[in-house]
Amino acid sequence: MSSVAVIKKSTIKESKTDRIFLAIIYAMLIFALVIVAYPLIYIASASVSDPSVVNSGEMWLWPKEVTFEGYTTILRNKDIWRGYINTVVYTVVGTSVNLFVTIPAGYVLSRKDFPLKGIFTRMMVITMFISGGMIPSYILVNNLGLTNSMWALILPGAASVYNIVVTRTFFQSSIPDELTEAAIMDGASNFKIFSAVVLPLSKPIVAVMALFYGVGHWNQYFEALLYIDDRSKYPLQMVLREILVLQDLSSNPSTMMSEATAEYLNQQQNLSAIIKYGVMIVATLPIIMVYPFLQKYFVKGVMLGSLKG
Amino acid sequence: MEKLSTNMGSETSTLTQRSSAKDRLKKIASSWQLYVLILPAFIYFIVFHYGPMYGVQIAFKNYMPSLGIWGSPWVGFAHFKRFFDSYYFWELIRNTVGISLYSLIVGFPLPIILALALNEVKDGPFKKTVQTITYAPHFISVVVIVGMVIAFLSPSSGILNNALQFLGFESKAYMEDPAWFKTIYVLSGVWQSTGWSSVIYMAALSGIDPQLHEAATIDGASRLQRLWNINLPYLMPTMIILLIMNFGSVMSVGHEKVLLMQNPLNMPSSNIIATFTYQQGLLDAQFSYAAAIGLFNSAINAVLLLFVNKISKKVSETSLF
Repeated sequence: MSSVAVIKKSTIKESKTDRIFLAIIYAMLIFALVIVAYPLIYIASASVSDPSVVNSGEMWLWPKEVTFEGYTTILRNKDIWRGYINTVVYTVVGTSVNLFVTIPAGYVLSRKDFPLKGIFTRMMVITMFISGGMIPSYILVNNLGLTNSMWALILPGAASVYNIVVTRTFFQSSIPDELTEAAIMDGASNFKIFSAVVLPLSKPIVAVMALFYGVGHWNQYFEALLYIDDRSKYPLQMVLREILVLQDLSSNPSTMMSEATAEYLNQQQNLSAIIKYGVMIVATLPIIMVYPFLQKYFVKGVMLGSLKG
Repeated sequence: MEKLSTNMGSETSTLTQRSSAKDRLKKIASSWQLYVLILPAFIYFIVFHYGPMYGVQIAFKNYMPSLGIWGSPWVGFAHFKRFFDSYYFWELIRNTVGISLYSLIVGFPLPIILALALNEVKDGPFKKTVQTITYAPHFISVVVIVGMVIAFLSPSSGILNNALQFLGFESKAYMEDPAWFKTIYVLSGVWQSTGWSSVIYMAALSGIDPQLHEAATIDGASRLQRLWNINLPYLMPTMIILLIMNFGSVMSVGHEKVLLMQNPLNMPSSNIIATFTYQQGLLDAQFSYAAAIGLFNSAINAVLLLFVNKISKKVSETSLF
């Protein structure tokens, strides 16, 4: 099959089959867009709509009979506040620990002259495929006396191999050997090189890592389920679990104005549906606010990781 | 000054390996600071990853907290035997493997399709919007995802049943029906992760030489032909690596999410090895028994990983190791 080779490539029109193909592509992408966006819009709308309209299905896309009662109830719930504060603390401390462990390690592994580079990398990669398992890890954390403390949530996950590798790749490609050699010849110690040369250049990777680890901390629940019994130390996701999954709204009876009138109880039942949606929004709020601005950093982080192959 | 000039005169850069032992010693000594920098990571891996490996031996013992790991008595393969002989053994295997394979079959191709499709669209607001929106669910916590699923599927107030009723169908409590468990698990997983998983493939596709496409276009190839003959083969190595890695975690299906989705009514389908391990070990305090099951789980994963890796080596040039 041959068509005359046209020299001006920019004026080759899309053939008919190509246009149909493209139309199908667009249709698929629009479908994907709608499938993903619809539940998100629905939740946001439902959280401010009147409960009966939501439950009956009358409200199905945009808010109807707007009410903020769901949100006011949520804001009065002490468990949620405490969970929020706990999670903020865990996230800030946890991410700091993550950076403290990951960034220097990634840098050291990027140095060609680090003697133990191969051994250390192998040691790390092995842990990706072999692990002690849930129970031995649990016993370890217990024996270290970390149960019921924030450190049980932070230390076992202090670094991920994937993130260290991404960091290493970043340093390998952004800190030229000549720079390091020049610093060494100027008599700088390794510490000095790290603090004066590497750290200032590492802002992008620190940002990406802080994001990755930060979101991980914000969203974690399983470790808290394992190690934390004290309800006052519950992170937000554990409180959410009670409300959204265990179907128990009265996680703290004293904050619910629950008098035992049948009508009021009925109202609570109705309210519970929109409270659930409101709680989902409240819990994901920081991520929602931050996401659009930082999306490109997240994507860049994944791309850095994929370069390693 | 002299030292500087001799260094500049040397062939190899100061950073590459030198052969003399004295130099190597000097190099190691002068890198002590590098060791300090990497120390936190080193300690972390030793304590929290290799430490539990030491504790794995309790799978062969009768672990009692009061006696410690060292002091607890050996029982050999007793726990494994108990597990294999149990009435629930096959149900657990069936559920675990079933959910994994279902997840893989549905969830593996979709990110690839999405990336290939997005790649055909020229850069602009539409493309950006699709990307931003489809990536978003990845950042939602698993608790919220399951909360969404439960709320949407509620027989009385969920939007799905409302829609079904509107169309004249009966409303149904899907979360309580074991037959629907896998599907709900897989589809919600696809919803959450397809967008984000496509980023890796997008990154790979951006590495294709545009001249290949130009040449193909001049030769009269349609978009579809170009996609099939250029893009798809280019993605093969990435696909294979990811597929291998997925096989390595077949037996450790997302226990965090399953745990949240489980209820007494869908147990026949939702009881998987990992959640069973959690229940036995942490709720019933049968540490050794649960550890044995966990070990069995890891062993199967490792075998699958090696097996798939070997096949991939034979069939293509790509493999994980």
